[in-house]
Amino acid sequence: MEKHTTHFAEQLEQLSEMIMRMGGMTEEAIGKSVRAMTNRDSTLAQEVIDGDLEIDRLELEIDDFIVELLVRQQPMARDLRFLATAMKIVPDLERIGDHAVNISERAIELNEEPALRTLVDIPVMATRAQEMVRGALDAFVQGDPETAWSVIHMDDEMDRRMDQFFRVLLSHMLEDPRTITRALRLTFVAKYFERIGDQATNICEQVVYMAEGKVIKHPRVQKESRDEE
Amino acid sequence: MAESSLKPMSSEVIEPPVTTGSAPRQDETGSGTESDDARGYSEEVEFTAADDPAVNPKFESPLLSVKNLGLWYGNNQALHDITLDVPEKKITAFIGPSGCGKSTLLRCFNRLNDLVDGVRIEGDILFEDRSIFDVRTDVNALRKRIGMVFQKSNPFPKSIYENIAYGPRIHGITSKRKLDDIVERSLRGAALWDEVKDRLNESALGMSGGQQQRLCIARAIAIEPEVILLDEPCSALDPIATSKIENLMMDLKSHYTLVIVTHNMQQASRISDFTAFLYLGRLIEYQETEKLFISPMKKQTEDYITGRFG
Repeated sequence: MEKHTTHFAEQLEQLSEMIMRMGGMTEEAIGKSVRAMTNRDSTLAQEVIDGDLEIDRLELEIDDFIVELLVRQQPMARDLRFLATAMKIVPDLERIGDHAVNISERAIELNEEPALRTLVDIPVMATRAQEMVRGALDAFVQGDPETAWSVIHMDDEMDRRMDQFFRVLLSHMLEDPRTITRALRLTFVAKYFERIGDQATNICEQVVYMAEGKVIKHPRVQKESRDEE
Repeated sequence: MAESSLKPMSSEVIEPPVTTGSAPRQDETGSGTESDDARGYSEEVEFTAADDPAVNPKFESPLLSVKNLGLWYGNNQALHDITLDVPEKKITAFIGPSGCGKSTLLRCFNRLNDLVDGVRIEGDILFEDRSIFDVRTDVNALRKRIGMVFQKSNPFPKSIYENIAYGPRIHGITSKRKLDDIVERSLRGAALWDEVKDRLNESALGMSGGQQQRLCIARAIAIEPEVILLDEPCSALDPIATSKIENLMMDLKSHYTLVIVTHNMQQASRISDFTAFLYLGRLIEYQETEKLFISPMKKQTEDYITGRFG
């Protein structure tokens, strides 16, 4: 069959680039927010908070573009699945950006008090979170379900680390009540990373749908509807 | 071509000799004689969906069942080994690029291709489990049960009333009261009654294009067929008239089995329950409509519906 590159194909490419740019910005925000914490650099933290405006702006721009493509092209099959997926993952990316802002806010608060030694696990969680976001975006752009699945499996590790970190913080608080405020702030930070992991997982579930037309999220609901049939 | 030999059939849904527009017929049969290379499709299709249930669903008691159908116009093979079931009281759509054989296939169902010189058919089509090609099949009776609506609306140059009454009358109904009933019921069935009830005796040729097409559908309904074949029924209509016809088709499927050929993929996706994609005279994929347009199984289907070739 004869292939031709359409204007539409170019627009889809352009949309991919915009989403990658947005993803890159959120990934960078995660990295900066963690450095703001480990280097006790509140200026950097403020940079992340201010930078979120750009991510939000890009989200609106992408939303408009997707709706325009739906109206003008009335896409079918993989194009339709690509746009439906894009529409669902962009809010996830925006939320990831928000979490980086939350981490930065906690960093500013923590930087005003003496340092806690228990920060060690935070950079590891941050690195994992970044890897998951990057992996999810690669999977999306390449339409590659295998990469998506490997990111989904990383989420278990993320959950384990968060539980472990929470126990460490708890022992600190029991030992020395003066650490409670800081330990609570750190609990939040761990939770934000865990949420970023969840959001990357959401993206990957959408990617599997996009690539294979197969819905993998909410396995319990799906099992119920299978049983009913 | 066939028009010259086309006698006024018992079924009025066949276009009458007077107003026969040759355009729709030549559209498909003409392209069958055109070389595929000239259209830019040089690559052979590697696959026919005949036996793979994943891309060709089987129904428990299909109303129409196409079995390994092959069709030649002279030396040109227009259909290759088509096997496909048409379920009852559903809308089944045939899509594909010009010359893919979708109209040719549609015309087989009420044996309109018999009228084309040099046509040779292999395989079979079963209508309620009986071969439509059987020597004992009364073609006129078949066309009464399987009606057709064409791309170009073709009302008779008579009054609106006479357009509808013509078919029942040649089927032997003479009672004025009965004919009145049929005319009203058919026009209501085609969602046209309210628009024309005050001018039933005016010429049908004075109606708008959309009204004329609905009149043709009313005419088809008047003789109470079981199947209505529609060959690009909306291609000459504006979006409002199109929408009326589409709504009408959705209503009609509670009583009739509809098979529609359309170039308009959005239309197929809006109204049909099942969609078959044909390419170079072969059935590539046949699916529930939603499945075909959201996640088709075959790459050729995907390439066609996303506009990546042609």
